Amino acid sequence: MLVFIARRLVVSVFVLFVATFVMFVLAANTGDPLSDLRELPEDARESAMAERIERMHLDLPVYARYLLWLGAAFTGDLGVNRQGQDVNILLADAISATMQLVVAATVLAIVIGIAIGIVSALRQYSGFDHVVTFGAFVAFSLPIFWVGVLLKQYGAIEFNNWLARPTIPTLVVVLVAVLVGAAWSSLMVGDRRTRLLAFVGAAGVTTVLLLWISGTSWFTDPGLGPVVIAVSALGGAVGISVLISGPQLNRPMYAALTAAAVGTVLSFVLSPVLADPNLLVIVGLAVTTVVVCVAIGYGFGGVLHRRNAIATAVWTGLFTGGVIFVDRMLQSFASYSRSVQGRPISTVGARTPNYEGTFWELTLDSAGHLALPTLALILVSLATYTRYSRASMLEVMNQDYVRTARAKGLPERTVITRHAFRNGLIPITTLVAYDFGTVIGGAVVTETVFGWRAMGHLLITGLDEADPAPVMAFFVVAGGAIVVFNMIADIAYAYLDPRIRLS
Amino acid sequence: MTDHDRTSPGSPDSENSPGVQEVSTSAEAQGLNIAARTQWQLIRGRFFRHKAALFGMFLLVGVVLLSFTSVGIGPLPGWWDKSPLATGPLYNDGNPTLSLVPEFLGGAGLALGEHPFGQDNVGKDYFALTMRGTQVSLIIAFLVGIVATIVATVIGACAGYFRGWTETVLMRITDVLIAIPLLAIAAAAAKIAGQAGILYLGIVLGLVTWTQTARLVRSAVLSLREKEFVEAARSVGTSSARIIFKHILPNTVGVIIVSVTLAIAAAVLLESALSFLGMGVQPPDTSLGRLITDYRSAMGTRPWLFYWPGLFIILIALSVNFIGDGLRDAFDPRQNRVRD
Repeated sequence: MLVFIARRLVVSVFVLFVATFVMFVLAANTGDPLSDLRELPEDARESAMAERIERMHLDLPVYARYLLWLGAAFTGDLGVNRQGQDVNILLADAISATMQLVVAATVLAIVIGIAIGIVSALRQYSGFDHVVTFGAFVAFSLPIFWVGVLLKQYGAIEFNNWLARPTIPTLVVVLVAVLVGAAWSSLMVGDRRTRLLAFVGAAGVTTVLLLWISGTSWFTDPGLGPVVIAVSALGGAVGISVLISGPQLNRPMYAALTAAAVGTVLSFVLSPVLADPNLLVIVGLAVTTVVVCVAIGYGFGGVLHRRNAIATAVWTGLFTGGVIFVDRMLQSFASYSRSVQGRPISTVGARTPNYEGTFWELTLDSAGHLALPTLALILVSLATYTRYSRASMLEVMNQDYVRTARAKGLPERTVITRHAFRNGLIPITTLVAYDFGTVIGGAVVTETVFGWRAMGHLLITGLDEADPAPVMAFFVVAGGAIVVFNMIADIAYAYLDPRIRLS
Repeated sequence: MTDHDRTSPGSPDSENSPGVQEVSTSAEAQGLNIAARTQWQLIRGRFFRHKAALFGMFLLVGVVLLSFTSVGIGPLPGWWDKSPLATGPLYNDGNPTLSLVPEFLGGAGLALGEHPFGQDNVGKDYFALTMRGTQVSLIIAFLVGIVATIVATVIGACAGYFRGWTETVLMRITDVLIAIPLLAIAAAAAKIAGQAGILYLGIVLGLVTWTQTARLVRSAVLSLREKEFVEAARSVGTSSARIIFKHILPNTVGVIIVSVTLAIAAAVLLESALSFLGMGVQPPDTSLGRLITDYRSAMGTRPWLFYWPGLFIILIALSVNFIGDGLRDAFDPRQNRVRD
C-alpha cells in the first residue's frame, strides 16, 4: 500500500509540473498583452509599453518567462497581473468566494443525489424511477448559463415580486398537491388501495399546508414556532431510528425521542444565547449536542444496543439542532427583508455591500446570495450522483451476498442499510473525490453568470488580457485540486476495494 | 417445452411420437432454428428496441435537417427566404409568429408566419439566426467527435497494445491533459483558435476532449491483447499495425462509439459555454451559445430571443445523450439487465 501511494505521489507531482508548463504556454499566447496600450496617445504609449514589457518580462521567450514564474511560485509568490496587482491577494479573495459557493453545492448535491439514486434503484421501473431517469437526462443536457439566467429571472426577480403579496393561486396548489401525491404513491409497495391511500394522504397534507401558507401570508413573516419544532424533532427521531435500528419500540428509539425532547426544550432555555450568537457559539452548541447525545445514547442503549442508540441519538440531536437553526433564520427573515427593500433573493455577488446585522441576518444575507448559484450548480451534479448511485445500487442488489443476507432471513431494511448501501457507496466514494477536484474549475460559468468575483474571474480576465499570472494562479489551485483529489480517489478505491491493489 | 396453442398439423402429437418429420416442426416451435443473426443485427435490434434512443435519433435527424435545409449551407440556398444577417422592419413588435395550436382549438392553425421565432430589436429574423447558430454548433460538435475519436483511438490502442515505455509516455500525456480543468484549457485553446473560424475551433476542442475515451480504449485493448486470437495472429507473423486495426479495434468499437457519443453531447454544451464566455465562436459567425450571450440582456423585454437558442441546445444535447444511452445498452446489454 505504501509503495502504491508513493508511486502515485511521484507521478502526480510530475504530471502537475508538465501541466503548468502547458497551461502557461497556452495562456501566454491567447492574444496581445499590449493591445489596450496601443490605443494610448503617442507620448504616453512608449513609456507605458516599456513599463509593462518590463513587468511581464515580454522581452524574454515564453519558456524563460515560465521558468521565472516557476521559480517565484516555489517561494510562494505567484507574481503580479498585468496592472501590477499582487496575484496572491487576488487569489486569496477568489478562493474564499469560490469555496463558499461550491462546498455547499457539492455537499447538497452528494447527499440529495445519492438519496434519490438509491430510492430510485430500490423502486426500479416505478413511475418515480422513470421520472428521475428522464430528469437526470434533461439535467445533463442543460446549458448551465441558460439555467442561470432563467433562475435570475424567475427565482429572483419574479419571486421577490411575489413575496410582496405571497398568496398561492389555487391552480398551483392543486398541481403541487397532485405531483406530491403521485410521487408518494409511486414509491409505495403494495396493491392499488395502498397506493391510492398514499396519494390521497400526501396530496391532502400538501393542500392543507399550501393553503395555510397562502392564507396566513406565511412568507411575509415566516418561522416554525414551538409546535412545528417539537413535531418535526419527534418525527425526525422516529424516522432516524426506524432507518438505523428498525421500527420496533426499543432502546435506540427511546434514546432518539429523548434527544429530540431535550433539544426542543433547550431551544427555549437557550433563547437569550441564540438571539445573536457568533459562529463560535454555533460550533460550540453543535459539539455540545454531539456530546450530550452520545451520553443519552450510552445511557439508554444498554449493552446490546449501545452503538445503535448512540448513532441514533447523535443524528437526531443534529437534526433537531438544524431545525432550530432554520427556525431562527426564518424568524429574522422579516427584518432582513425590510432592510433590503423586500428583495431577499439576490442575483449578483456574494453579499450585500456594507450590510450590518445580527448573526441570523448576515447568514440570511449570504444564503440569499448563495441560493440561486447553488441551485444552478446542484442541478447538474445532482444528475451525475443520481445516475451513479442508482447504477451502483442496482449492481450491488444483484450480488450473491445480498441474496445470502435475504436468504438467512434478515429484514429488508438491514439488507439494504448494512449490506447493499455500504458496498454500493464504494464506487461513489471515488466519484465524490474526483468531483471535488473538478468543482473549483467547474464553477467558472456559474460564477460569471451570477457576477461573483471568484476563481472564474481570474481565469476569464487573465485569458482575455493574455496575462498568464492570474490564469496560472487559477490553475495552481484548480489543477492542483484535480491532481490531489484524483490521487485520493485512487488511494481510497484501493483501500476500500482490495481487488484493485492486487491487480 | 412444446407449445400447445400451436394449431399447425403435426404438432399436437409431436411430444408423444417425435418422428423424423416432426423434429423440425418441434424445433421450430421451440424457436431453435431461427435464422442466425450477426453481432451487428443483434446490436441494431437492441438499439431499435430502446425507445428513448429512437426518439433521440428522430429528434436529432429532425434538428439537423431543419437547420441545414432552412437557411442552406454555404453557397447553397435553403427554403427559408430570410437571411440571418439582414435587418428589416419589425413585424408585430418582433413577437414570434409560430403557431402550434390547431384552428378547432381557437388557434391560428399550424403556421410558421412571417417570423416564426420572432425578431430582435433591429429586425433580424430570429428563425434564420437560430438555424445558423444550430448549424455551427452541430458542425463543431461533430468535428469534436471525429477528432476526439481518432486521437483517442490511436493513443489508447498504442498505449494498450505496446505497453512499456509507449504506454507510460502516452498515459502521462493523458494525465497531464486531465489535470488541467477542461474549461480552462478549452477556453485558452478556443481563444487562440476562435479567430481562425469554426472549423479550427472544432478541431482544437477535439484535441482537448479525447482523454476519457483514450483511457477506456486503453483498458479495453489491455484485456483484448491477452486473448488467444491475438496470440494466434502474432504467431503467424502479423504486423502490429494489422493486429491493432484488424483484430483488436473492431472489438472495441462499442466502447469507442458510446464514449464518443457522450463526448459529443458534452461538446455541444462546452462550445456553447465557451461562446457564452466570449471565447468560442467569434462574430460575424454565430452559435447557439453566442446567441444567448448576445441577447441575454433582452430577457425582460424580448424573452423569446433567449428561449429559442437554449431550447435548441437542450434538444441537441438531450437527443445525443439518449442515443448514447441506447448505444450503451445495445453494445453492452449486461449493464442494464437486472435480475430480481
